[in-house]
This record gives sequence, C-alpha cells and structure tokens, in this order.
Amino acid sequence: MIPAIVVFLYLAIVLYIGIFAFRRAKGKEEAEDYFLASRSLGPFVFLFSLFGTNMTAFAILGSSGHAFSNGIVTFGLMASSSAFVIPLTIFLIGTRVWALGKKYGFMTPVQMFRDRWECGHIGTAIFTVQSVLLIPYIIIGIMGGGTTLYAISGGVVPYWFGGAIVAMVVMSYVFFGGMRGTAWVNTFQTVLFLLFGAIALIVIGVGMGGFQTAAQAIQSSPMANLLTRERISPYYFFSYTFIPLSAIAFPHILIFCLTARKMSQFKKTVIFYPLCIMAIWLPCVFLGVMANRVTDVPQIRAKQEARRVLATQGKTMEPEKRDELRDAAAGDDVIMLLLQRYAPLWLAGLLGAGIMAAVMASDSQILALSTMFTEDVFAYYGGKKRFGEAVQVQTGRLFIVLITLFAYAIALRAPETIFELAIQYAFSGFAALSPLLIAALFWKGSTKWGALAVTIWTALTVIAVAIFQSMVPAPAPGPATVVWSLGGAEVLSRTPGGTAVFGFMPVVPMVIVSVLLMILVSIATAKPRATTLARYFGG
Amino acid sequence: MKRTLLVVAVVALYFLHQDFWFWRNGKLIFGFIPIGLFYHAFYAVAAALLMWLLVTYAWPAHLEQEAEAASEEDRKH
Repeated sequence: MIPAIVVFLYLAIVLYIGIFAFRRAKGKEEAEDYFLASRSLGPFVFLFSLFGTNMTAFAILGSSGHAFSNGIVTFGLMASSSAFVIPLTIFLIGTRVWALGKKYGFMTPVQMFRDRWECGHIGTAIFTVQSVLLIPYIIIGIMGGGTTLYAISGGVVPYWFGGAIVAMVVMSYVFFGGMRGTAWVNTFQTVLFLLFGAIALIVIGVGMGGFQTAAQAIQSSPMANLLTRERISPYYFFSYTFIPLSAIAFPHILIFCLTARKMSQFKKTVIFYPLCIMAIWLPCVFLGVMANRVTDVPQIRAKQEARRVLATQGKTMEPEKRDELRDAAAGDDVIMLLLQRYAPLWLAGLLGAGIMAAVMASDSQILALSTMFTEDVFAYYGGKKRFGEAVQVQTGRLFIVLITLFAYAIALRAPETIFELAIQYAFSGFAALSPLLIAALFWKGSTKWGALAVTIWTALTVIAVAIFQSMVPAPAPGPATVVWSLGGAEVLSRTPGGTAVFGFMPVVPMVIVSVLLMILVSIATAKPRATTLARYFGG
Repeated sequence: MKRTLLVVAVVALYFLHQDFWFWRNGKLIFGFIPIGLFYHAFYAVAAALLMWLLVTYAWPAHLEQEAEAASEEDRKH
C-alpha cells in the first residue's frame, strides 16, 4: 500500500501545479494565454516539457516489454532513430512554424494550412483526420492509469477507480492550468523519469547481482539472440526510421513549438533531445532484456513459458489461442515486476510515480484537441466573433471535460489491445501527414488540392491497414503469411506484429505515396495567389 | 560549402543507423553491454553532436528577426 500512497501524493502534486498555473494566469481569459501560455515558455521548461509531451507510457512500459520479447533491437528501432529524426524535424520545421506563429498569430497547424493554401473546408478535413488519430492516445492514457494504480496498490484500487482518478487529475490540471499548467507538469514528469530511470537501473542491477553476470548468462543461454538483432528483418528496421516523422506532425507537438518565448530556445532542445532519449530508453531497454535472466519471479517465468509455447506450437494453434498466448507473453509489466522484486517499498512507490508520469502523458493531447476544436472549428465558423474570446476559452474548458468523460467511458468498456493497435496506426498516419508540413513550408508550388489528396490517402490507408489486420489473423512467430504476391515478390503479408508491404512496414509506402500525391496533384492544380506566397517565401 | 558538408553529414548519419555489420554480433562491451546496443547509444550521442553542428552553423536566425520585427510592428498598431 505504501507505493500507492506515494503515487497518490504524486497525483496531488501535479494537481497543485495545475492550480498554481491557473493562479499565475491571474484570471486572464485570453485564448493565447490559455492555449499557448502567451508564447512565453523559457528554455528549461520548453526542452523538458516538449520531451515529456512526446514520452508516452510506451517509452517506459512498452519499450522494456518490447525489449523483453525482442532483445536489444528495440533501442535501434525506436530510440536511436527518434534521437536523430525528431530533433532534426524540430530544427527544420518546428523553428519555421514558431516564426510563422509569431508573425501571423497561428495557434494550430490547421490555421497555418488554411492561410498558406487559401482553403477553408480542406482545413476542416485535416482537423478531422488529426483528431481521429489523436483520440486513442487519450483513451489509452486513462487505461494505463487504471492498470498501473491497480498493480501498484496490489489490487486494492480497482481499475475503474484508478482510471477515474487519473482522468480527474489530468482533466483538472489541463482545465485550470491550460498550456502553462500542462508544460509545468510535463517538466516535473520528465525530471522524474530521468531521475528514477537511473535509480531503477542501479537498484535492479545491484539486486540481480550485477549486470555482467546477467548479461553473460544470457549470452551463454538459448536466449543469446536477444543480444543481437536476429529476430527482426533489416527491412523492418529500416522502415522504423520513417515512424519518427510522425512526431512533428502530431498537433500537440506542433502546437507546443508555438509556446517558446524566443526561437533561440529551440537550440538547447534540438541539441539535448537525443541525449534525453538515450537517458530514458537505454535503461528501459537494457532492463527489459536483462529481465529474461530473472528466475525467481513466477510472472516472468510464465511469460517466458508462453513465449516458448508460442514459438514451438504456435503454427498449429487456433488464432484465438495464439492471441491469448501472445498476451500472456507480453512484457509491458516487466519493469514493475523487477521493481517489486528488487526495490524497497518506498522506492518502488517513487518509481511507480515515475511510471504514472509516463502513463499520464495524455494531457498534451487533451489540450491540443481542445485548442484545435476552439480555433479550427469554433472560432473559424464564427463562434469567437459572435461570443467573444472569454467564451472561446470557456468552450475549450468544456471540451476538455467532455473529451475526458468520453475517453473514460470508452476506457471502461473496450479492450486495451484495440487502442494499442490504433496507436500503431496513428504513428503511421501522422508520418504520412508529415509531407503537408514540408510542402507548406518549403515548396511554393504546393496547393490545397495536394494537401487534400495527402489527407484522404492517409485516412484511407490507416483504415485499410486496420481492416486488413482484423481480417487476417497474425501468424505465429516466424515467417509472415503472404496474402498477395506478384511475379515472386511478396507484395502484401501479415506478420506476427502487423503488416508488411514488399517486406517494409506500411508507413514506408504511406509516406512515399503521400509525397508523390502532394507533388503530382499540386503540379496539376492552381497555386495560391502571389501575395500569399510572398508572405511565406518573400519576393 | 559549409551547408553542403552539413547535408552530407545528415544523410550519412541517417544511413549509419542501418548497421547491418553488427546484426548478428552478440559481443559484450565492458562485459555487459551488447555491441549492437552500445553502437546505437553512441549513435544517439553522434546525433546530439550533429544537432550542435546544425545549430551552430546553419541556424535560421533570419526567421527570428523577421518574426520579432513583425510582432514589434503589430504592437505599434
């Protein structure tokens, strides 16, 4: 129960931060202050909150779980590719979006697209696709909160109550604190991740009798391939470098780029971002792999046994039985199990609070959705003009309450796996939307029709992949099920973890076709007026 | 010239992510870090260094000046 008390204390602190931010706003009811903290965040808060915004529950729980099953490849797949691509896109795109926001007062990406391409309803179409792709994050955040509180309290806090508490806390500090409160909470959370990640590594390492012993034991066991990348194909590995393109296309990240007081504040963020990624992911991945060496935790042994049965008998099993075993073998809770085994109770509580911080990363998505709704729909369709700015902010707050209640209601009913899958699609979807930003900022010749083609293509492919994966059951670990081949080439396959197109993840063709559509459709359609282009490109 | 070198460095680092030469190598560095993991941790440090180079030698300072000038103009009105 002590860990649960520490976690509740943590929740009280983040709630207080949100209310403190509200008092700091001194009753200002201005949209720019509530949604963008008056574009006034300093360098430290900007770096840590931008980084924290991008760190979901997956960074801690999912990464160690993935590494537990797949080995060290997890770091190269998800962390080092992000360490390169995300800061590069912040440098190239984030800085430009900040400058345009400052110059023309934009508060959302859609406002910029509408102005840049002289469009109205196409902007609404982009808003719709962005929102649909963002909602699963909010749902999974509440689910993660419920599951984590249940686990940390040893079952004393039921899932429905844990989820309700997390939803209430997140809703409250976003409701009161707006962007300022969210940024401060994210900064606090990121400091927690960094601090407790290091402590967890040391405590578990000492508890396991040193990592040298554990690593060498794995090396000389049948699990030695967890120390290499044999389990993943190089095509799949390459495909993953496209996924971090999604980060800058996420509305909450792009909106966050507008909050910096000066453009020079991007400098520290761009330089330190890769090091922050390394500091969080390296311990999580390493501990996930080393968990395979733990022999005295029955739950970990049960996962290994499920993995073994799946590998040896999976091919002859019914798809439902395979899915059951896959769930049983999943290692998302290995970090929690390692903490329970090796950390003293009070420390397990603090580390649990760090994990809660990761799970609660849905705050920025809730605020972004509210900003987008009030700016791209309410204000755009005349609400701001008719009712004023104070009503716009109140509408934003009401939207936060409604979206949280909606997410909580769904979190109570639907199985978590559905939303985990939806998030997988969302990453690919936002990566496929990234050409919109590149075209808007760097190519005079791009048009609104090119943007519409990219948006429709993204929506259709995300739906197509979802339908395909629900119709064709995932095969057992090993070779993929080829669904369509042409002249000996495997065009479309169902893999144990998803879908492959010519051996690549769907994100690769999705991004490439998006780029082609933007180019071809833009060439064939009318450009915006010269005066509009001059505002973006000079001359 | 400086800009070209930076572009080459960005492209090179992107391709260096695909370290097929360590794919099946399970050697432990310092007795506990698998070489594939060590390489990618080092890769993250190299990415930070490259970002420092970009920020130092290719910072789009003109964007900030334009934005500040525009918001100054806005304040006057």
